[in-house]
Amino acid sequence: MTALLLVEQTLNGLQLGIMLFLMSAGLTLVFGIMNLINLAHGSLYMIGAYFAAAFLTLTGSFLLAAPLAVLATLAIGVAVEITVLRTLYARDHLDQVLATFGLILFFNEGVRLLFGAESLYLDLPPGLKGQVEIVPGAPYPLFRLVIIFVGLAVAAALYALVQKTRLGALIRAGASNREMVGALGVDIPRLFTLVFGLGAALAGLGGVMAGPIVSVQTGMGEEILILAFVVIVIGGIGSVRGALFAALAIGILDTMGRSFLAEILALFLPREAAQTAGPTIASMLIYLFMAAILFFRPRGLFPPKVR
Amino acid sequence: MTLLTVEGLSKRFGGVVACDQVALEVRPGELHAVIGPNGAGKTTLLNLLSGELLSDEGRIALDGREIGALDAPARAALGIGRSFQITSVFGEFTAHENVALAVQARAGHSFRFFAEARRERALADGARDMLERMGLGERANTPAAALSHGEQRQLEIAMALAARPRLLLLDEPTAGMGPSESARMVEFLASLKGTIAMLLVEHDMDAVFALADRITVMTYGRVIATGSPDAIRANDEVRAAYLGTDS
Amino acid sequence: MGARFAAFAILALLAAVPAIAALLDQPFYLDIFGRAMVYAIAAISLNLILGYGGLISFGHAAFIGIGGYAVGILSVNGIDDVLLQWPAAIGAAGMFALLTGFVVLRTGGAHFIMITLAFAQMLFFLFTSLELYGGDDGLSIPHRGTLAGFKVLDSPVALYYLVFAVLAGALALSARLVESRFGMVLRGCKSNERRMRALGFSTFRYKLAAYVLSGALCGFAGALLALESEFVGPSVLHWSRSGELIVMVVMGGMGTVFGPLFGALAYLMLGHFLGDLTKHWHVILGPVLILIVLYARGGLAGLFARLGKRP
Repeated sequence: MTALLLVEQTLNGLQLGIMLFLMSAGLTLVFGIMNLINLAHGSLYMIGAYFAAAFLTLTGSFLLAAPLAVLATLAIGVAVEITVLRTLYARDHLDQVLATFGLILFFNEGVRLLFGAESLYLDLPPGLKGQVEIVPGAPYPLFRLVIIFVGLAVAAALYALVQKTRLGALIRAGASNREMVGALGVDIPRLFTLVFGLGAALAGLGGVMAGPIVSVQTGMGEEILILAFVVIVIGGIGSVRGALFAALAIGILDTMGRSFLAEILALFLPREAAQTAGPTIASMLIYLFMAAILFFRPRGLFPPKVR
Repeated sequence: MTLLTVEGLSKRFGGVVACDQVALEVRPGELHAVIGPNGAGKTTLLNLLSGELLSDEGRIALDGREIGALDAPARAALGIGRSFQITSVFGEFTAHENVALAVQARAGHSFRFFAEARRERALADGARDMLERMGLGERANTPAAALSHGEQRQLEIAMALAARPRLLLLDEPTAGMGPSESARMVEFLASLKGTIAMLLVEHDMDAVFALADRITVMTYGRVIATGSPDAIRANDEVRAAYLGTDS
Repeated sequence: MGARFAAFAILALLAAVPAIAALLDQPFYLDIFGRAMVYAIAAISLNLILGYGGLISFGHAAFIGIGGYAVGILSVNGIDDVLLQWPAAIGAAGMFALLTGFVVLRTGGAHFIMITLAFAQMLFFLFTSLELYGGDDGLSIPHRGTLAGFKVLDSPVALYYLVFAVLAGALALSARLVESRFGMVLRGCKSNERRMRALGFSTFRYKLAAYVLSGALCGFAGALLALESEFVGPSVLHWSRSGELIVMVVMGGMGTVFGPLFGALAYLMLGHFLGDLTKHWHVILGPVLILIVLYARGGLAGLFARLGKRP
């Protein structure tokens, strides 16, 4: 019984970790290369989910709606980059925080205007709906497995992109030494738009895949955004590898904490105290984890080399 | 007797050895110049001495006391002051406030929350004296950002001196200055000789040979010679490595 | 000295609000302006580290929450004199600042923003999961407490003037602080920390002290907010509140003594005004913020100062 629960919760943790990675990868790249703190990254996640809902109503097919939604989010991301964010790269962090806070307010309220205040629920096609038994006796929702596989595939593709291609070489160089990339005669604005679009598409993909398993509502983006911030400061800002590692760690730690902490505490504490303290501590667990890591490694686990 | 003793000091950045087994002595009151081509590790050496960087190996002693493990504020509190190669003043403060803040650094703690700092006689007087000495008296109430480049360089030195260091590390004090400003700075540094020990990193060879009591020559992170200006001029290795192209 | 003149005019108006409210028979003016003053106090606290110290805290709402919950939890448990509640609120907020300060201040710049945000979110979830004290729904404060044994706080006017006094005190405090030795060190850290260290200042401990001071003052604001609204809930420390505080400080004019007062009032008035036009007023506010960032640095304090200089 507990072993099966453990398997199930590990998968849940993995799935949350994958989601966080999709958010964090873009966030950390955009910060590492453009030195931009983009609070509105969560809005792209939300926009992805709402586009998925809209295209699903329009086409009636999730498999069609999903890629359309990712493309549409990418387009929004590029548009925002060109109109607002581009002018912010050279500004200080406070300006970036304020302007992207303004973007959040705009997008959250805009979505509420267009789609109403109620949460939306996305229906999966029959083929993705069911459960599979990975271990006998432990049924697991098929779609969550799909999320894990898609996420791992994206992580692998991203790794190949960053490590093996010319674009990737520029990205890596840009994360550690911005001036050098400029000196190489690269079209910097194009590179930045490209990187931002990539990040937007990843966030959108996260939102699209989250759509069927959470309620789609305004504010959903910021919840995951703050978790993604935790992920990238633990991983080391600018490091995709760090983001992957930290995202999975956070996903699993959070999920495990919520499912098992009360019972673990009950081994040491009176049952009632454990039942009260368990959920409370579980809700703070990842932040305490972050504090502990940063206390010993202020720049995170995999800080990109400067110089 | 020496004020500053440096032995076997090394610092690596990745694969690059910026300082390699550097040994150096500065005597009280002397002006000791460090010269060498670009990339010789001179600024890294200053950063290691001021505590902005920590060395990988080697020892640094000030007046017999080991300071290699201390951070920059602690070393400053023991009497190591410095100026920066890139002008480093508080732009929105007036010249007077810049220097007063430097005086404040060595005049008791700063956990005083209510009394107006500008009304403290000791801070204000110390700052004014220092500005007068630097010839900046008339610019006291000008925001530092509005001073000319040369004046900012002077302010930079005034701040370093206002903290009353025993050893002053000077990173190219005449950088970017015109000939007349440069000459004034050299004159001023000459007037300090004997009262305070100085370690001077400088590219202007005329200034170095006019000012220095002793000179240390570095190339590629290593010390290749130390001696009096005359001895350095006559040193073949130095000529080959460095001076041959320059003078 | 246009900004100072504007500030005293505003303070005089605020002092007259109870009379005006009584005259016009609009008692809710007291609520609106009472709340505005509390947010002004919180903005003053943020301005100390943001405007003068250059530390961008995106988690200041956490301190409002701590102060509010300190009052709420104490009064639910029967401790209802504010002379006990306030020190508890201020102390708890200062303690949280001290503990988190050790982590957040070891890093700089962008890290600081993200980590303060994360710690505030941690408290948000902590209070949300505190079922004993209302959880999600928040905590109603059974009755306003006493002040040194006197039941004066039940009078809205008395409470209003109490908050007014705290606001005036906070303004005076920050005006003195920024000109003190400590204030000079703080401003020096913002301008050029490397230089400060080379001069011999151990900048970490000064920044930590400023962070604790700022958190404690913000905790006081939180205690007053809970007292005014007789309620405290997770919503007061929602991350967007921290963002709003930054907006107030910047709108008013960072690193100026009176800027936070202007900013808090302007932001809340703007909210009321736009809110009357449409309930979707954030759609307008968002782009307005972006425009302010792109084109109007210096805030209202800068504007007033420019107006004051005009013949």
